Order: sequence, then C-alpha cells, then structure tokens
Amino acid sequence: MDKRQIVRGFAGLARVLLLILGVSFAAFFLLAVSPIDPLQSNVGQAALGSMSQEQIDKLREYWGMNTPMAVRFWNWAWDFIRGDMGVSLLYRRPVAEVLLEKTANSLWMMAAAWVLSGVIGFALGVWAGANRGKWQDKLVTGYSLLMASTPAFFLALVLLMVFSVWLKVLPVGFAVPVGTAAADVTLADRLVHGILPAAALSLTGISNIALQTREKMAEVMESDYVLFAQARGEKKWTMIRRHGLRNIALPAMTLQFASVSEIFGGSVLVEQVFSYPGLGQAAVDAGLGSDVPLLLGITVVSAVIVFGGNALADFLYGIIDPRIRKGRERGR
Amino acid sequence: MEKQILLQVEGLSISFAQYTKGLRRRNLQVIRDLGLTVRSGEITAVVGSSGSGKSLLAHGILGLLPYNASMSGEILYKGQELTGRLLENVRGREIVLVPQSVSYLDPLMKVGNQVRKGRKTAGALERCRELLARYGLPPDTESRYPFELSGGMIRRVLISTALMEEPELVIADEPTPGLDLTAAKRVMGHFREIADEGTGVLLITHDLELALEVADRIAVFYAGTTLEEMEASAFQREETLLHPYSQALYRAMPQHGFQPLAGTQPYAGDSYEGCVFAPRCPYRGEECSIQEIPYREVRGRKVRCIRPELAEMSGSPGKMDRSPDAENLALTERGRMA
Repeated sequence: MDKRQIVRGFAGLARVLLLILGVSFAAFFLLAVSPIDPLQSNVGQAALGSMSQEQIDKLREYWGMNTPMAVRFWNWAWDFIRGDMGVSLLYRRPVAEVLLEKTANSLWMMAAAWVLSGVIGFALGVWAGANRGKWQDKLVTGYSLLMASTPAFFLALVLLMVFSVWLKVLPVGFAVPVGTAAADVTLADRLVHGILPAAALSLTGISNIALQTREKMAEVMESDYVLFAQARGEKKWTMIRRHGLRNIALPAMTLQFASVSEIFGGSVLVEQVFSYPGLGQAAVDAGLGSDVPLLLGITVVSAVIVFGGNALADFLYGIIDPRIRKGRERGR
Repeated sequence: MEKQILLQVEGLSISFAQYTKGLRRRNLQVIRDLGLTVRSGEITAVVGSSGSGKSLLAHGILGLLPYNASMSGEILYKGQELTGRLLENVRGREIVLVPQSVSYLDPLMKVGNQVRKGRKTAGALERCRELLARYGLPPDTESRYPFELSGGMIRRVLISTALMEEPELVIADEPTPGLDLTAAKRVMGHFREIADEGTGVLLITHDLELALEVADRIAVFYAGTTLEEMEASAFQREETLLHPYSQALYRAMPQHGFQPLAGTQPYAGDSYEGCVFAPRCPYRGEECSIQEIPYREVRGRKVRCIRPELAEMSGSPGKMDRSPDAENLALTERGRMA
C-alpha cells in the first residue's frame, strides 16, 4: 500500500462517517419536529385520561420529551460511537438485538428480490435491446413501463388477492405460520411466507433494470464496432455475446448495486401489506411510535448498506474496466 | 492482359427515409446512380470530399446499411449479384472491410482477440502474430486495449484484421485521416502490397494525391455520384481528363497551381435537375440543366458529361468561369478536400 491508496482509504472512511452523521441527524430532526405525540400514539387517549399527573410525567420522561432536542441527539450519538445503539422504546430490548432479528427476517427476502430483479431485468433488457423496435422490444418495454408506474404496495395487494385469497396457494401474511410454536417452524414455512413479498419487490424492480439495460444494449448494437463485427461475418448471437454483454456488464453492475436502495425502500411498503415482520415494518412502527433509538438504528444500518453497495460497485468498476485500471497503473 | 473484374457496381442509389417536421416523411437521396469497377490485383480509389457519402458506399456494398436506408442498383461480385446467401457467405471472408477509426474496435476487448475474431487455434495465434509483426507492431500489441494504441497503430491493427482471412476484395474506408504524411504513405503502401498479392482493393479516400501514388484506377466522386472513372495515369496531364470536375481537381493540386474551384458541392437532399456539376461548370450549356446526364462510355472510360469534347479542347486553366457571387463563397474546393 502506498501513500495515495491510504489517503484514498481515509477519504472514503470520512465520507461514510459524514454520511451517517448527516442521515441520522436528518432522521432525528424529522422525528423530533413531527406532530406525533408519543404518549398519545403509544399509550392512547383513554389510558392517558385515567392517569395521574405523576404517571404522565414519568412516561414523558421515558419518551424523552423533557430533554432538549440537541441534548437527546448528542446522548444518542455519543452512545452510538461507543457501540451502544440504545434500547428500543417500543420493544424494550436493545436496538441491536431487534435489528438483528428483523434483518434476519428481511434479508433473504430482499436478497431474493434483489437477485431476481437483477437477473431477470438484465436478461429482458438484453433481449429487448438486441431486437430494438421489434415485438420483443415492445413487449418488454410495455411491461416495464406498466410496472414502473404501478406502486409496489398496489402490486402487493393484487398478488395477495390472486394467490392468497382466490387461489389460496400462498399464505396471506407474516413470516411464519400463525399458531405454530417457534420451535416447530420449518425453513420451508419461512420460504413459503417470503415468496409473495419477494415477488412483489422483484416484479417492480425488474422494470427499471430492464429499461436501462435495453437502452445500453441498443446503443451497443448500433455502435461502430458491432457494425464492424457484422462486416466480418459475425452472427447476431456471437455479437451479443462477444461485444454486447462485455460492454453492458459494467453499467449493469452499477445499476444493480444502486438498486439496493430501491429494494430497501420498496420493502417498507411491501412488508406493510404482507404484515411481514421485517426491517421495513420495524421502520414504519418506529417512525409512527416515536421510537427514536430504533429508527436511528435502522436508518444508519440502511445507509451503510446502500453506501456499501455503491462503494463496492465503484471498486469493482475500477478493477474490471481496463480503461480505468490501466489509467491508474500508469498514474502510479 | 486485362485483369479480371472482381466487383462491378452499376446504377447504385442509396436513400434514407427521414422524418422532418412532425410526421412528414421524405426520402433523402445520398448516393445516386453510382458506378465503378474493381479488378483483381488492382486498387480502385474512390476520391471525393469528406462528408459526401463515401462511407455509405462501403457499407452499402457489404449490405450493412441502417434499417431506414434503401438501396437500388446492381452490385456484381465475380459476375454474380451480391445479395442474400452469397453476401452472407463472402462477407468477412472473401470481402473484408478496413474501417476508418478506432471506434470500430470494441473498447473493452484486447486487440489480439479482436484481430483473431475470437479464434484461439494455434494457426490463428500464429497468423495474428505474423501480421502484427509484418506491420511493425510490437508483440505486446496483442494484449493491449484499443485505447492504449496510437492512431497509426490502430490503422495497422485494422489492416491486420482484414488479412486474417484470405480476402479477394478489401474495402478500405478512409484509411488515412489523422495520420501524418509519412504514416499515411506507409498505410497506402500496405494496400499496394495487398493488391500486388492479387487482391482487389476498393480504396475510399478524400486524398487525391495519396490515392494517385498507389491506385490503378480513380473514380471521381462528387455529391453522391461518380463523374468519371479512369486509369490513374490519366491524372498526369489535364488534357487526358474528360470531365470538367476532374480537371478542376487536377488544377487544385499544389503542383498544378493550387487553384481552387469556386462554389460548393450540393448537399444530399438538395434537389437539382440535369447535371449535378452544372452550377460550377465552365462549359455548361442549356441542355446540361434539362436532361438527366447518363454515365456513359466515352473513349474507353465512363464519364458523366454530355459534352466532354468541349472540356477536352479547352484544357487551359485560365478559362474557368468565375462569377462574382461564386467568388464570395468562402469554402473552396481545396478547403473541403483537405
């Protein structure tokens, strides 16, 4: 490792820290100025009415309503830096523990949606781009535009109607069967419960990737070097394989990593529809219930995941694209 | 003995369907009634100014026009119509293209792989190395990417791609722009070598002087059509040139007075009647702007002029008609050719 690499590493680290600071403060600020009264939303109007002032004061203390905003943020940040993410006010368990559990539920569902939308979207995009203007192209473009303009939660509702209510082949919601002891839940149970949420997420995710890949592919197919390949007698499939895939692989990779954030955002809505106890739903609960430590925990974790995805794409780009890699080697 | 005719193009026209203003469609004619011949072991140079549709000619012969283009006319390869099955069989094998710039190489593929067209047989590897060496490219060129090579090296790589096959006809599209004179002359020399090995070469270029050094035949290209096709030796004297435009080209060469011809070429889509060159022709008569001018045989060569004998008789440069408004046109022929 030479000096420049170290400097670049530090710059990257500083960027992540700044990002986390900014994102967490923004989330905190929004929550603090939101009109939701934590007591009313968590305890309820009726219960509040029957409480003594002393009890109410205790609750106000618990939800941190007596401490100034800046101090609260500082307290949270200082603990966070020392590795303590705090205790969730809603779950009354350490935030780290809640996050772990929710992430375990969501992770494979989101990963499946991420991989599926990436692979299928890429394949459709290549197919459409290589046949630009023909029926294949119109089919893929039509599907993509339709899906892109359909909200994820609406699609989730439609899937729910079709597969759970009418066909009754898949469960209506939750991550595990209702009324089964935790010890009796099998892996198959978990998989079956994840199918619809993952499908809803990937069906919408496909459109974006397919459209962008199509555009790139069509561009490559109209390039001079594909014309030359044709002049040299290469067949269409050979050209797609030799030149097409090679030249759209890099942009597709960037897109795929950038789509992490979209999958993440989409999961919030989709989990809500399927009552799926994952990260997304926890985020909604934390937001509506003023659970500041939990919401900030989720915010930071998702920011790191999205940032990590983009950073990885950047990094891989530099390794794979010879124009960047060789440029760097020469610059040294 | 006359060498065998390899490629014969007659009455070739290429036009594009274009949408102007909203949904109004018009046909943009870029190449009109073009004719030329290429013989085995000879170089035919198509010479015309940049941006006049010469590259389209190359793509048209190879059947690689964009979807909105339509082509008519006759292209005969070894006496057979070059379409469909025959075209597919010979394209990239017997008929090869040497394209004009680095953009015709895949930016993300190593040069060696591209020259070999992906083949990895011992024979292909050896042939590739041989060719690179023959054109003075260092052995490590193979494992380099196009962006790492200079313009001159790219040009030689592109020529190597053509010789990976055993071509009968090489179509070279503008092989010299961006090269200094020495490099350009060397590239032209490579095509001469290829022709001397028995291959026919169709050399599309804007550089008349360079073309004259190596070519056997010259086809003068003007505004999407050919005006005259003759032996290159005819360009040694102005009197042996039949078409007034050929003579103007002669006079525009530095060693023959550097004299520009006033006016500009019509652009593709400009409509005209009669002779395309008439507006700039010193010998034009009334009939020139009325009738369609055929590409006809005059004294053993093809000329698109109905009164070539006038041009033949005159021969002196001073007689060029220079109308005052023509003088004002800034773009001289020399300027466009360069």
